[in-house]
Amino acid sequence: MDGSGRPYVEYRKVSKSYDGKSTVVDEVDLDIRKGEFLTLLGPSGSGKTTCLMMLAGFESTTSGEIRVDGRSIHTLPPRRRGIGMVFQNYALFPHMTVGANLAFPLEVRGMDRDTCRERVERALQLVRLEGYEDRRPSQLSGGQQQRVAIARALVFDPELVLMDEPLGALDRRLREEMQYEIRRIHKTLGVTVVYVTHDQQEAMVMSDRIAVLRGGVIEQVADPETLYEEPRSSFVARFIGENNRLHGKVVGIDGDICDVETGGETIRAIRIAPCGAGDPTTLSIRPERVAVAPEPGLYTNELEALIEDITFLGDYLRIRVSVCGTSDFVIKIPNIVGHGALLAGDRIRIGWTPTDCRVLDPDREEETP
Amino acid sequence: MNVVPEQKTGRTLPGPRMRAALLVLPLLVFIGVTFLAPLANMLVRSVHDPVVADALPDTLERLRAWDGRGLPDEAVYEALAVELLAAREDRTLGQVATRINRVQSGLRSVLTRSARRLRNIEAGPWREAMTGIHAAWGDKETWLALREAGDRYTARHYLNALDLQRDSGGSIVRQPEDRRIYITLFWRTLLVSLGVTALCLLIGYPVARLIAHAPPRRAYLLLLLVLVPFWTSLLVRTTSWIVLLQNQGVLNDIFVFLGLIADDGRIAMIYNMTGTFVAMTHVLLPFMVLPLYSVMSAIPRVQESAAESLGATPWQSFWRVYWPQTLPGVGAGCLLVFILAIGYYITPALVGGSSGQLISNMIAFHMQTSLNWSLAAALGGILLICVAGLYVLYDRLVGIERMRLG
Repeated sequence: MDGSGRPYVEYRKVSKSYDGKSTVVDEVDLDIRKGEFLTLLGPSGSGKTTCLMMLAGFESTTSGEIRVDGRSIHTLPPRRRGIGMVFQNYALFPHMTVGANLAFPLEVRGMDRDTCRERVERALQLVRLEGYEDRRPSQLSGGQQQRVAIARALVFDPELVLMDEPLGALDRRLREEMQYEIRRIHKTLGVTVVYVTHDQQEAMVMSDRIAVLRGGVIEQVADPETLYEEPRSSFVARFIGENNRLHGKVVGIDGDICDVETGGETIRAIRIAPCGAGDPTTLSIRPERVAVAPEPGLYTNELEALIEDITFLGDYLRIRVSVCGTSDFVIKIPNIVGHGALLAGDRIRIGWTPTDCRVLDPDREEETP
Repeated sequence: MNVVPEQKTGRTLPGPRMRAALLVLPLLVFIGVTFLAPLANMLVRSVHDPVVADALPDTLERLRAWDGRGLPDEAVYEALAVELLAAREDRTLGQVATRINRVQSGLRSVLTRSARRLRNIEAGPWREAMTGIHAAWGDKETWLALREAGDRYTARHYLNALDLQRDSGGSIVRQPEDRRIYITLFWRTLLVSLGVTALCLLIGYPVARLIAHAPPRRAYLLLLLVLVPFWTSLLVRTTSWIVLLQNQGVLNDIFVFLGLIADDGRIAMIYNMTGTFVAMTHVLLPFMVLPLYSVMSAIPRVQESAAESLGATPWQSFWRVYWPQTLPGVGAGCLLVFILAIGYYITPALVGGSSGQLISNMIAFHMQTSLNWSLAAALGGILLICVAGLYVLYDRLVGIERMRLG
C-alpha cells in the first residue's frame, strides 16, 4: 500500500453483461495494493478474464467503476491507460525481430533510438534473453516467446501489468519454471501485477493475494495460506488444494463450535458459514490434518475407519478410507518409517481437531473446478 | 559408392515415384498439346515467316547480291517474273502479296497485277517489261521491301509492335507519327491495369478484412457474396454494366429523375475508359479479395489488441502491425489482378468503346480481322515478357514463396 493508504486499483460494484440478461461479472468489489501480485483465480466462465479485460480497456463495464491510482479510467482507450499486458498466446508480432517487438511500445511513444536500444537491452536482461534481439519470434521456443512477451509488457515501465493465463500454452515443467521466473521479475521491479489463471497451484506459487471467482462473483480474497487454511466457502475449499467434504446437518451450536451429524457420526467443527440447528452443511477437512492411530483422547473427533486402499506417492501415502458414510475420505500421511504396517482392509482409528474441520455452506452443485 | 536397395527394385518394377508421375502424365500431355505447343508456335511465328522466302527463293538469292543502290540487274527481274508466275499457278501469290504489302503498303496490287500481265509476255528484257506493267518496279524501295519480306527470320514484327521500323540503311527508327499506335496502347494497357489493380486493392482490402474478422456464419455469407460473380457468366455481368451505365441506362435515369443532371446532359459512363475501369474492377475484384482474406484470417485479432495495449494508436497498430503481415496477400492479389488485367480482352471489347480498347483487343484484331498473325504473336510476346519481368521483380522484392493465393 502506498503512503496515502489508498489501494492502487479499485473495482467498485463492477458488473458486466453482454446480452443485458445474464451477468458475466456481478458487482465485483476488489482492491489491489500498489506493488502487489494479485491473482484472479477461477474456473472457466467465472468472469476472471472479463475482469482483467475491463481493467485493460478491451471490454467496457456495464455498471460500476474501476479506478487506477484514484482516477476513473472509463473514458481512457487502452493505449492511454499505460498498462502492460501479456496475452494468452503471447501476441508477439511475427514480422518483427525480438528487438523490434520490444522497441515497438517505445517507438510509438516517440523515444529516440539510443533510449530505445538501452531499454530493450535492459528488458532482455531482465528476462535473461540477452543477445536475442535479432531473432524472429518463430525462431524461439514457447518459453522464450513468453519471456519476450513479458519483457515487451514491461519495457515501457508501466506501473501495472496484466497477465491473462500467460503460461497456458506451456508444458508443465516449463510452466513451473516460468512461475518462479515471473515471481522473480515481480520482486525485482516491484510493479503491480494482476494475473489471471484457472490453475490454483500456479496462483499459490506466485501470488501475494488470490481472489477466487465463481460465476462472476468473488468468493474470497486472501493470501494463499489463508485461502488454504481458512476457506470461507465450500467452493473455495474444494478449489484450493484437496479437501474431504462431508455432507451433514447441524445438530448443536456452541459459539464458534458446532456439532454436525454426518453418516451416523457426530463431529465437532468450527463454524464459518452462518447456520442454525437443523441446517444442511458441508464439513471440510484437509487430508493431511487427519491423524492415523492417534493417542486415545488427543483429538475431540475420533472415529473408526476402514482402509479401502493405499497409494504410495513417494513423499507421502494417500490412504482412502470408509468413514461417516463415505468411502472416499482421503488421508495423507508423510512417508516415514513405520507406516508399512497399514494394509487395505484394516480398521484404524483416525482423528482431528475441531479447528481443522470447517462448517461451510452446503455444496450447491457438484461442479469440478 | 552406396547402392540403395530401392534402386535395384526400381529397375525391374516401376517405383512408386514413377507410378505417381504416370498419374500426372495426362495433365502434362493436355497442357503440352493445348497450351505449350500453341504458345511456342505463336512465339515462333512472331519471328519466323517463310512464305515469301519459300515462294521466291531464286529472286531473293539474287537480291542478296544486290548492293541496294540503283536498280537490281536483269537476272533479278527475270527470276522474279518466273517465280511470280509459278506462285500464281500454285495459288500462293495472295499470301505472298499480303506479306510484302505489310512491309510496304500498296505492293499487293503491284504484285497481283504484274503476275496477271506477265502471262502475256514471253521473253525479256524483263526489266523493261515489268517497269512497263507498273512503275513501282523502277523504284528501288520496292526491291528493298521485297528483300525484307523475304527474310525467314525477322525482328520486323517486334519492331512493328513497338512502333519501330528499319529504314533503307538498316538502322532502327521510329515509325512515322501517323502509324504509331501500339506504344500508346501498351501505355494505356499498363495504366488501366495499374489503375484497376489499385482500385481492386482499395475496395478489396476493407472487404477482405471485414470477412476475415466476422463471426464464422456471417463470414461465410459475405464470402458467398464475393464469389457470386464467379458463378455468373462474364458476358452477363458485363452486359449488366451496360444496362446500368449506358446513356439511357438505370444510373443516368436515376440522376435525371433526381434532377442531378439535365436530360440532355446525360453522363457518358460506358463505351469509354470509365466503362472499362468500372467493369474490369468489378470482374477482377474477387481475385484480390480471396488471397487477402486467406492471409488476413491467419492473423490473430489479439495482435492489434496487443499493439493498442503497448500504446499504439489505431493507425500505428494498423500500419506497423497489421498491414505488414498482410503484404503476402497484397502482393499475390495485386500480381494476380494485374496479370489478368494486362491481358484482358472481352470486357474492354464490349464496354470500352474506342478510347477504352487495350492491347489485347489489338491482338484479337490482328488474329481475326487483319490476319497478321505474326504481328499478333509479337504483341503477345511483348506482353508475355512484361508479365514475366513483373513476376521476377515480385520474386526479388517480396519472394514468390511468400505469396498466398488463398
